[in-house]
Amino acid sequence: MLSFEHITQAIDKWLFGTFNPNVAIVIEGLIAGLCMIGLFAILGLVLVLMERKVSAYMQIRLGPNRVGPGGSLQTLADTLKLAMKEGLTPDGADKFLFNLAPFLVIVTAMLVLAPIAFARNVSLWDLNIGVLYVSAVSSLSVIGILMAGWASNNKYSLLGAMRSGAQIVSYELSAGFAVLSIVVLTGSLRISDIIESQRDGWWLFKGHIPAIIAFIIFIIAVTAETNRAPFDLAEAESELTAGFHTEYSGMKFALFFLAEYVNIFIVCSIAATLFLGGWMPLHIGAWTGFNHVMDYIPSSIWFIGKTFFLIFVIMWFRWTFPRLRIDQLLNLEWKYLLPISMINLLIMTLIAIKGWHF
Amino acid sequence: MAFLKKYISDVYQGARSLLKGMKLTGYYFTHRKEIITQQYPDNRLKLPERFRGEVVMPHDQNNEHACTGCTACELACPNGTIKIITKFDTTPEGKKKKALDTFIYHLELCTMCNLCIEACPTDAIKMAQNFEHSVYDRSQLTKKLNKPGSKIREGVE
Repeated sequence: MLSFEHITQAIDKWLFGTFNPNVAIVIEGLIAGLCMIGLFAILGLVLVLMERKVSAYMQIRLGPNRVGPGGSLQTLADTLKLAMKEGLTPDGADKFLFNLAPFLVIVTAMLVLAPIAFARNVSLWDLNIGVLYVSAVSSLSVIGILMAGWASNNKYSLLGAMRSGAQIVSYELSAGFAVLSIVVLTGSLRISDIIESQRDGWWLFKGHIPAIIAFIIFIIAVTAETNRAPFDLAEAESELTAGFHTEYSGMKFALFFLAEYVNIFIVCSIAATLFLGGWMPLHIGAWTGFNHVMDYIPSSIWFIGKTFFLIFVIMWFRWTFPRLRIDQLLNLEWKYLLPISMINLLIMTLIAIKGWHF
Repeated sequence: MAFLKKYISDVYQGARSLLKGMKLTGYYFTHRKEIITQQYPDNRLKLPERFRGEVVMPHDQNNEHACTGCTACELACPNGTIKIITKFDTTPEGKKKKALDTFIYHLELCTMCNLCIEACPTDAIKMAQNFEHSVYDRSQLTKKLNKPGSKIREGVE
């Protein structure tokens, strides 16, 4: 059966058989980079279209339906329009930082993609501290946002950036605790080990109620970290026009937009990996027949399905909930999520030590 | 322990109200029949009777209207949308009688407030439901409401 695993292995074998190892490594790196850029472009197009359609249906509208069949080419047309627009830099802006910020944000998003397992044995870099790497690098994106807000020389941008900073610093904590509770169960930070430990069932089901609480907290925290509604205080179009990207136009704006959607994909794939078993098919304990049937569905389909389901849930949040005020936002984190996730981690550790999980 | 009880009930109430909202949007997402959007150029709605699109003057089949040229609408209009030019007709008895010459209506100034229709003593003008007013030149928005050659209906005073 043709799978990503076989394709990557065949390419790897052919490259190392044809060229000397150094050249082969360089070519492999180039191919991987191109694949990532391609994935970025496709994700941007697909997720923006998905968001517009989902929001439309939730608000009893139709959404884009003119360009292409069912509006499917709408985002492509929008991208073309953005590419043709002028990338304006305001006079009072810090030109260097202003132009650097969107690239910093997008590079951060690209770095986080490295340890994610897209299918069975398909990941760019299966390093032994995968989960730690993801949580460390993903918090770098706040620097790009702060940089954009500061360099724009605009009060709204600066306010948006500051809010974003406060928000990400606070929500990193509970996201970290939620990740930790799975790491406690698995005993490893390596993504492939975490997925392997879910061969007989996903952690969401195996870890009893504490795992479900950790999952909910993780979803809430990453929604805040990606600056999505109901935590989109950094943008808050009714108060701050567009927050940190008020002054951006053309492709630089498009990069911020793209980074937002790629970040959603990344956090959802992390959530899918930790709690829903990544590419691992749905296995239930000792039901061998059932497990065999599930194995027939390719692992990449499982991964993409779980990730897009979580993306849909996050979009569902966005189009249902009203935006929080900044004090409500910080209350939610420091008074509710953080204490609950601390106690939850304690219970989780107890479960892991006593071996009460399945 | 009262604070703990309040804390837990806060969390419960918050989660419950959020889930209620998600249930409604989830219902809309899965039920396409709820969609209220009209595909505008393909499917033109028949607007309700009371929709105010523009002021028109209905004429009957004999090209007769009910306007006496009393200028009540012109006086009622808050922003000078209506200009009425009157003339003097001679009746068969040889008497001079004031009548409407031209009813000038500036659509570009009109706010569709309906005051002119309320002021009209003979119901000569009414609101139409047409809302597609785009034209290429502003001068096309200045309209003459009485048709050429039209005259006042018999018996309207």
